[in-house]
Amino acid sequence: MLDCGLDTTSVLNFLPLPLVHRLNRLLLLSFQELKECAGRVFVDSQPEFCLPERELLDLSTIDVILISNYHCMMALPYITEHTGFTGTVYATEPTLQIGRLLMEELVNFMERVPKAQSATCWKNKEIQRMLPGPLKDAVEVWTWKRCYSMQEVNSALSKVQLVGYSQKVELFGAVQISPLSSGYSLGSSNWIIQSHHEKVSYVSGSSLLTTHPQPMDQSSLKNSDVLILTGLTQMPTANPDGMLGEFCSNLAMTIRAGGNVLVPCYSSGVIYDLLECLYQFIESANLGTTPFYFISPVANSSLEFSQIFAEWLCHNKQTKVYLPEPPFPHAELIQTNKLKHYPSIHGDFSSEFRQPCVVFTGHPSLRFGDVVHFMELWGKSSLNTIIFTEPDFSYLDALAPYQPLAMKCVYCPIDTRLNFHQVSKLLKEVQPLHVVCPEQYTQPPLSQSHRSDLMLELQPPPMPYRRCSVLNLPFRRRYERVYILPELANSLVPSEIKPGTSVATVSAVLHSKDNKHTLQPPPAPPTKKRKRVIEEPPVVLAPKPLLSGAVPLEAFLATLQKHGISEVKVEETADGHILHLQAEDTLIQLEEDGTHIVCDNNEPLRTTLRDLVLRFLQKL
Amino acid sequence: MPEIKVTPLGAGQDVGRSCILVSIGGKNIMLDCGMHMGYNDDRRFPDFSYITQNGRLTEFLDCVIISHFHLDHCGALPYMSEMVGYDGPIYMTHPTKAICPILLEDFRKITVDKKGETNFFTSQMIKDCMKKVIPLNLHQTVQVDDELEIKAYYAGHVLGAAMVHIKVGSESVVYTGDYNMTPDRHLGAAWIDKCRPDILISESTYATTIRDSKRCRERDFLKKVHESIERGGKVLIPVFALGRAQELCILLETFWERMNLKAPIYFSTGLTEKANHYYKLFITWTNQKIRKTFVQRNMFEFKHIKAFDRSYADNPGPMVVFATPGMLHAGQSLQIFKKWAGNEKNMVIMPGYCVQGTIGHKILNGQRKLEMEGRATVRKLSFTFTLTFFLLCNLDVKLQVEYMSFSAHADAKGIMQLIRMAEPRNMLLVHGEAVKMEFLKGKIEQEFSINCYMPANGETTTVTTNPSVPVDISLNLLKREMALGGPLPDPKKPRTMHGTLIMKENSLKLVSSEQALKELGLNEHQLRFTCRVQLQDPHSDPDTLHRIYTHLKSVLKGYTIQHLPDGTVMVESIVIKVSSSAEDPNTKVLLLSWSYQVTFLRC
Repeated sequence: MLDCGLDTTSVLNFLPLPLVHRLNRLLLLSFQELKECAGRVFVDSQPEFCLPERELLDLSTIDVILISNYHCMMALPYITEHTGFTGTVYATEPTLQIGRLLMEELVNFMERVPKAQSATCWKNKEIQRMLPGPLKDAVEVWTWKRCYSMQEVNSALSKVQLVGYSQKVELFGAVQISPLSSGYSLGSSNWIIQSHHEKVSYVSGSSLLTTHPQPMDQSSLKNSDVLILTGLTQMPTANPDGMLGEFCSNLAMTIRAGGNVLVPCYSSGVIYDLLECLYQFIESANLGTTPFYFISPVANSSLEFSQIFAEWLCHNKQTKVYLPEPPFPHAELIQTNKLKHYPSIHGDFSSEFRQPCVVFTGHPSLRFGDVVHFMELWGKSSLNTIIFTEPDFSYLDALAPYQPLAMKCVYCPIDTRLNFHQVSKLLKEVQPLHVVCPEQYTQPPLSQSHRSDLMLELQPPPMPYRRCSVLNLPFRRRYERVYILPELANSLVPSEIKPGTSVATVSAVLHSKDNKHTLQPPPAPPTKKRKRVIEEPPVVLAPKPLLSGAVPLEAFLATLQKHGISEVKVEETADGHILHLQAEDTLIQLEEDGTHIVCDNNEPLRTTLRDLVLRFLQKL
Repeated sequence: MPEIKVTPLGAGQDVGRSCILVSIGGKNIMLDCGMHMGYNDDRRFPDFSYITQNGRLTEFLDCVIISHFHLDHCGALPYMSEMVGYDGPIYMTHPTKAICPILLEDFRKITVDKKGETNFFTSQMIKDCMKKVIPLNLHQTVQVDDELEIKAYYAGHVLGAAMVHIKVGSESVVYTGDYNMTPDRHLGAAWIDKCRPDILISESTYATTIRDSKRCRERDFLKKVHESIERGGKVLIPVFALGRAQELCILLETFWERMNLKAPIYFSTGLTEKANHYYKLFITWTNQKIRKTFVQRNMFEFKHIKAFDRSYADNPGPMVVFATPGMLHAGQSLQIFKKWAGNEKNMVIMPGYCVQGTIGHKILNGQRKLEMEGRATVRKLSFTFTLTFFLLCNLDVKLQVEYMSFSAHADAKGIMQLIRMAEPRNMLLVHGEAVKMEFLKGKIEQEFSINCYMPANGETTTVTTNPSVPVDISLNLLKREMALGGPLPDPKKPRTMHGTLIMKENSLKLVSSEQALKELGLNEHQLRFTCRVQLQDPHSDPDTLHRIYTHLKSVLKGYTIQHLPDGTVMVESIVIKVSSSAEDPNTKVLLLSWSYQVTFLRC
């Protein structure tokens, strides 16, 4: 299984989990569990997630899950727990550690505000059909699940086996997998799955931009038979650098006007780049005294962890560690008290909190986490600004339950993953025989159907897939690796068939263990002394080789002569000659592609003739 | 037959200046490039003239691999790369790459600035040398070129210490560097997978020792320090800046906290503070416990341990001082030692191995009177003559000398454990004393029945390998042969198979004979035999044939026998036809026809 991400956009259909209930703003509909807010209907329940497909296959038959980055493992507990899964999950160390933090954060957000009921009535097909969109169009609502528990997270993550970039891991002796740096986030990887003769690359969430992670390893993707491409940018029209500039200028403008800035974000990833950018920006923009807050149950861990993965960082950051200095400048921001981090808005934060300020907090869907509190606190003032940087959620949908809103909204999605232009350049470089990608990449987005530059155009055309479709990859396995033991190799007698090409017949015992095959010399005829009966390979006499070539008449006659057969009558036929050995009353029919010896009851003669004929033929 | 050659240029039946040359599959690799602490002359560096008499080494070496940052493993690196000349790749782990240049610079300063030696590498040379370094990650398979690949494993000796697996084709060598098989307070234990190398080159510092449990040693250490402090003595612990120092700091820090002790603990300045910082940034290389708790409490932020200043050495009252270097051969530890040596209340604890020739080695061997070489004084006699005087002074050693084996080398048990892990075909010992090696060699040969070598410096060990030949087998053939094992192929049961090996240019393909003919564009030549047999039978031809058919069917069980509509009977691929003789209809002529490939089984 390649990745198991969670579709969290489903939570947009739910009401935010507020810290304080404020039912007065909501109009009750005919159902208790559905509420209307600013013209849209939401489900009032613990938010639920849309899971990867689980019905199509038996999850206990999955041997291996490869994780490409920490955003793509959020559904792991749903797959590995209570499903009979017994396989291994492979991921890099930063992916595991930061993935654990993100899961921990999610669980914490959910458990902090427990909602007693879990709405199910609306899922009834009859009712759902009558609901206004987008609820009406939500798919597979019956499979939506509530968040997992921390216990399930720990159990799921205990199944992770750590791997390093370019590490070759043998799977069952049949294939080798190897993660490659993909340049998107700390420890993010593309995967190579290969046998001795076939190579499949899985490219997911890659970036060619110079941000904090190690640059993408492109050259190792070369010579792939199949390249599976996914995780392209969700914002093909937004340039990350431009967005970063816009982010900074909007932030400065709001602060100068005395307002607060709210940045809903994940606790790892782009936030490191935002902080680094701000580190350089705050001095020049004269924001030195503005407090920056990072509020998340895992804020401290995330900031600390980012500093210890030197091996997974870009070259610049690595050299800093050699000095030794922390690779990320947010260490300095914390030291100089410009950036403060808190596990939640309760406790120390409430007493130390000063305005105007900048707050980074989750969850970017605005449905749960501390961000909900800030929306309620700051939403009513037009001085404040909310700046969206995460591309996963539509900002209009995210804001819907908070309408009407006085606060300014700025949308600067920063998605550093590959865009279509970069992908085509990359594919030209690595030249895979076939490309497999989601259907969406093969046509321009619906809203911009004229933009033919926003799709993949390849020769041969990519093979598209969609949810639950089964794809046959277009290659046939024809060869496999087998090892000939030196004793056997030494006993082979090669003969040259044509210049540069030799053949040798091999009769050997094939041992197959863990999908590794070795050829050993055939056993010596069993000696009778052996007392213990051990398992012997079935004794089969070596079959006679196939023959090739032709028997030349003159040379053959000469050889017969040498062996005392001189009375030969040669008769020409359409296809060759018939030799009549008169003394022996034997016929030999010589043709281009066959020799026929007709000889009655004379075994010694037959054997002699056979050996003479064989002299002229090649054995395969 | 292919061979692997191993030649130690240093560390052959010796400890110090590790440098081992390996030739494998046409590739030459240098493992470590260290200096010897016990010498101050030419002998301190490996003898590179063994590789070539004249000039640069670049064309003779495919790569250099450094196992860890101790100077006896990397001290000669700038000399080798910049002064002898080598421009190829040098591999080491990230922590080693970070720390190694600092130790080299430190070493250079002591040698050049303090001892006044010339003809030594410069700071610039260290920098240039480090530019040639390519960092290695654990378990990452690095392709040095198309054929040579290397992979690093965790060695647990010091921060960033690695063992390397070197592989060319199906031949491979593992070099351990220094390693430790028991996790300690700050590092984990060495680990390697069952890679079955042709040769395992292992250090053997503690070849004959089997150490008691770590806990006991720690308790002992704390007791000694505590006793000395109680009676107002000063404790000197000579250490290398990185490694044991951090382990002992963690130990003392927790002890001080638990016992609520007030005596100061100092750490000699500069380098060591920096060193702790490295530990914080490379926390992924430490042990499980430290890694798990680092967000809440970083074990390398010490409360009780403060930076040392030279003047503190004369302060009255008890104190504990960690000072570098660890073998008392130079620097601050030696200076403090000289100051404190005269007082029997004081104590020096040597927590690691000391190389022959160092003061550490001498006092551990019970020497109580030391002849010290003072600072060289240079006097100008005239404009043309200068005279150098070496001041020799005697030093009486009165303080207590304690030895505690804290250095993180594998002991005999650990070495055996590693052999069990890696399952090598041959064993080669370096980095140990000859007598001890001899003992361990005997034990290894006895227990594992593999050859064990222990070459001296400059001596070459040649091991013949017997690699299997990799061949591409056609899947059709493989599947057919696997199916032959029976209706349900038993994967564990060996099977006999036959095929044709096609050798063309560099490729080896094993296919079925029929496919071989096809691929080579050859026609098959059919060789057939026919034989006439006469027999008397009054029935009609078809009846005779049918009688033969039923008879054969009853006699030859287990063979495919068919009666075909065209008037033939086939036993496997042997064709039988019947015709009557022209003269006598009762005399039947049986025509038996078979091809060359038919095998007759005599019953």
